[in-house]
Amino acid sequence: MTNIHSSAAEMAAALSKNETTSVELTKLHLDQISKVDGKVHAFLHVDTEGALAQAAEVDAKRASGEQISPLAGVPLALKDVLTQKGIPTTAGSKILEGWRPPYDSTVVSKLKAAGVVILGKTNMDEFAMGSSTENSAYGTTQNPWDLSRIPGGSGGGSAAALASFQAPLAIGSDTGGSIRQPAALTGTVGVKPTYGGVSRYGVIAYSSSLDQIGPCARTVLDTALLHEVIAGHDERDSTSINAPVPQVVAAAKKLDVKGMKIGVIKELNGAGFQAGVIERFNESLDLLVANGAEIVEVSCPNFEYALAAYYLIAPSEASSNLARFDSMRYGLRVGDDGKRGAEEVMSITREAGFGKEVKRRIILGTYALSSGYYDAFYGSAQKVRTLVKQDFDAAFQMADVLVSPVTPTTAFKIGEKSDDPVAMYLSDIATIPVNMAGIGGMSLPCGLAAEDGLPVGFQIMSPVMQDDRMYRVGATLEAALVSKWGKPILANVPDLGGK
Amino acid sequence: MTLDYAAAVEKYEPTLGLEVHVELNTKSKMFCSCATEFGAQPNTQTCPVCLGLPGALPVVNAKAIESTILIGLALNCSIAPYSRFARKNYFYPDMPKNFQTSQYDEPICVNGYLDVEIETDEGQKTFRVDIERVHMEEDTGKSLHVGGSTGRIHGAEYSLLDYNRAGIPLVEIVTRIVPGTGKYAPQVARAYVTELRDILRSLGVSDVKMEQGSLRCDANVSLAPVGSGKLGTRSETKNVNSLRSVERAVSGEIERQANRLENGERIIQETRHFLEESGATRPGRSKEQAEDYRYFPEPDLVPVTPDAKWIEELRTRIPEKPSLRRKRLQAEWNCPDKEMESLVNAELLDVVEETIKLGAEPTRARTWWLGEISRLANEKEVAPTSLVNAVQVAEVISLIVSGELTDKLARQVVEGVIAGEGSPAQVIEKRGLKVVSDDSALMSAIEAAIAAQPDTAERVRGGNIPAAGALIGAVMKATGGAADAAKVRELLLKHLGQG
Repeated sequence: MTNIHSSAAEMAAALSKNETTSVELTKLHLDQISKVDGKVHAFLHVDTEGALAQAAEVDAKRASGEQISPLAGVPLALKDVLTQKGIPTTAGSKILEGWRPPYDSTVVSKLKAAGVVILGKTNMDEFAMGSSTENSAYGTTQNPWDLSRIPGGSGGGSAAALASFQAPLAIGSDTGGSIRQPAALTGTVGVKPTYGGVSRYGVIAYSSSLDQIGPCARTVLDTALLHEVIAGHDERDSTSINAPVPQVVAAAKKLDVKGMKIGVIKELNGAGFQAGVIERFNESLDLLVANGAEIVEVSCPNFEYALAAYYLIAPSEASSNLARFDSMRYGLRVGDDGKRGAEEVMSITREAGFGKEVKRRIILGTYALSSGYYDAFYGSAQKVRTLVKQDFDAAFQMADVLVSPVTPTTAFKIGEKSDDPVAMYLSDIATIPVNMAGIGGMSLPCGLAAEDGLPVGFQIMSPVMQDDRMYRVGATLEAALVSKWGKPILANVPDLGGK
Repeated sequence: MTLDYAAAVEKYEPTLGLEVHVELNTKSKMFCSCATEFGAQPNTQTCPVCLGLPGALPVVNAKAIESTILIGLALNCSIAPYSRFARKNYFYPDMPKNFQTSQYDEPICVNGYLDVEIETDEGQKTFRVDIERVHMEEDTGKSLHVGGSTGRIHGAEYSLLDYNRAGIPLVEIVTRIVPGTGKYAPQVARAYVTELRDILRSLGVSDVKMEQGSLRCDANVSLAPVGSGKLGTRSETKNVNSLRSVERAVSGEIERQANRLENGERIIQETRHFLEESGATRPGRSKEQAEDYRYFPEPDLVPVTPDAKWIEELRTRIPEKPSLRRKRLQAEWNCPDKEMESLVNAELLDVVEETIKLGAEPTRARTWWLGEISRLANEKEVAPTSLVNAVQVAEVISLIVSGELTDKLARQVVEGVIAGEGSPAQVIEKRGLKVVSDDSALMSAIEAAIAAQPDTAERVRGGNIPAAGALIGAVMKATGGAADAAKVRELLLKHLGQG
């Protein structure tokens, strides 16, 4: 019997065997949301009516014998960074309060076409800038493993929804780790596909050259199933790659890594990482070796500059991307008293509507792009980006996939780093290089850290448009871990529903 | 003291620079599929992309790239194998994203030239205008500032915005400085814009209507003392909406600057607004403190990398330079200057050439198009070419030459063709408009005329040949103009013993 703890694949199987209906499944999840989300605060908006209507439609199609896609009828939580026609979309910012987009993002169109039921919009750091959801204008999401801790960010809402069984599937966006870091800190699976693998049309841009939409779930196979629903070329996004989608579902079913070379990145394994994180990471390497993989050590010397370069490139692009929020056409408007001019109203609205971190990055980016500073800041950062790519190219000459821990530490306490932006930025030290190079990266849970009992994430990176490789290794490792632990790691998460 | 133009150019050497913005006539906008038609209801030709809604992404219009390359080739430019778009960041309500997507330091066409001819005191002289760059960008929306005295946003009560124009493809053609024109600077400027307009029209890439703003010219002018070899401070005159205004704006600006210099005042680097009524300019935005647009490569677009083979294919499509073509045709047709000018102004060159190519005699072809057909078109307030085509006119002319139609009958045939009665042959058939050349048919008409006017006939018999006119007139009237007047005359005089 399927329940909210089942995987998406199991739910899909039950639906196709008519053991349950999408409406029933959707109601189960809506119930769970009303039970636990008061504690977790994963959702910014729950679309009860829309979700049930969509579920009923899928059930009707199935009943009429119409061909429907594998995930049809399975519920999903959508990060509030994607537009969904008529549904409030804020990107976690006050400045978009009340805005209902007149159009669907391409990913939402694909989800709807596949019959995936969209439960609602999940919380996030404002404009995806942050690693804890503490920068959301609508309150922090709590980590289901320990409600006094952050769930990671920016996609903490999506990850927490999965970990608290409010949805079996979720969509995230990853600019510097916003899918993978929350996955790691909540014991769930998150994938940042190759840049250009999934359309960005309808994704509220933070940093266009780094943003990538990806699938989140509780198992590698579920993530792969969702990946294939949302991926593919989109003529409305000219940076989307016009090539066949990697066969990630097949790869996730292979469960075999014999002869594969796994490259451990020297620079992302040791100093600065929590002991319990390294311990679980090394244990996972042993499991891969036991399954026939070969471990090689690779060096990426330029990664040490990646974080600094990221905090020039991303804010630079953000300063331009966020310029459109000026109160003239949509969203918040403050100070329009009929006397003030447009420029002043723009300024007052932006002062009131943007949070501290967003302002910090707009100012940083504006400065980095200014004439006289451009070459030293934005220009140098782009050169570092090229060097990071070259490091990856060289490393992939020696290994099929590269691995590292996802984060230096397990989930930290709410408020612990919110006054220290640099400490917060360091949470993404292992995830940022992947965005800089545009390659694929996956986070999957590899156990609980001995010192605090919190989940640890294992990162697998694969070359451009070879996303299937990380799924193959990820699924194999996941199976080995489940058999080692006797159950999925997420089975250890506290039950919030009963209390 | 005041310097007039002649005195101004005697003392100061002007240097020109011209920036021309051309709206391309593509069916859709630069970065989205919205229509581009002029004059539609405000804000009806918009979508998430050209409104800059959160999440929307641009995609480059391939047709716009093609048109721009054609322009570059026609202006003898090199076509860059790799060029990019950049973002020009500044806040203004008519720009939905608060940045303009424009090419910047990597334009698609560079290093061209255009030779223009003007009439000088020493006869025709050619000036070479070097082209620095031809690049693509998007137009902004249109604002209408209501209330206030200046018509500008400052002081306005409110502003109306129309985003139909936002995102229309624009091509900017920038010359290098044009030195050495001396007192002919205004004529060179006008000749350049005229030649450019004709080239753009011959390429079919733009409507080139200055009064509708599909071709806009900014004229940069600076002065330095004659023989100093220096460059003075320049002003940039905008809002120049006709060819005549180009000339007036340049000469007016030369005069204004010369008088300032003469009075010991300095020239302020600024934009100036041309005033159509007075021919003067008024100051606009100061450019003394360069605005910082924080340009950086547009991360939402991939670089433009036209295939070398495609460029060569486009090169074969570049028509003969319009000024050279005019000269050639004028010589071939042995056409007077005035008439040639009329043909060009009436945009009839192409159709007349086609008519002649179909075998029509050049003088007749010109006369028909400029005369009868233009007259009818004027009456109906449409373009002559929308009434009849070259094939029909050539057919009518050949029937006149063969004597099957008189001019008068031919006009009726043309009328019939315009009325949709079919081809000239069909109209002749239906309306029975053949020249009556059957002698016996004519003879009976002649005899009838003589019987009706016996006195006149008697005078002709008596040797008063001019008196025959009245009889010929009567015959022509009786045959409804279907007779050849010369033939009637011949038969009549013979009959009355005067042949």
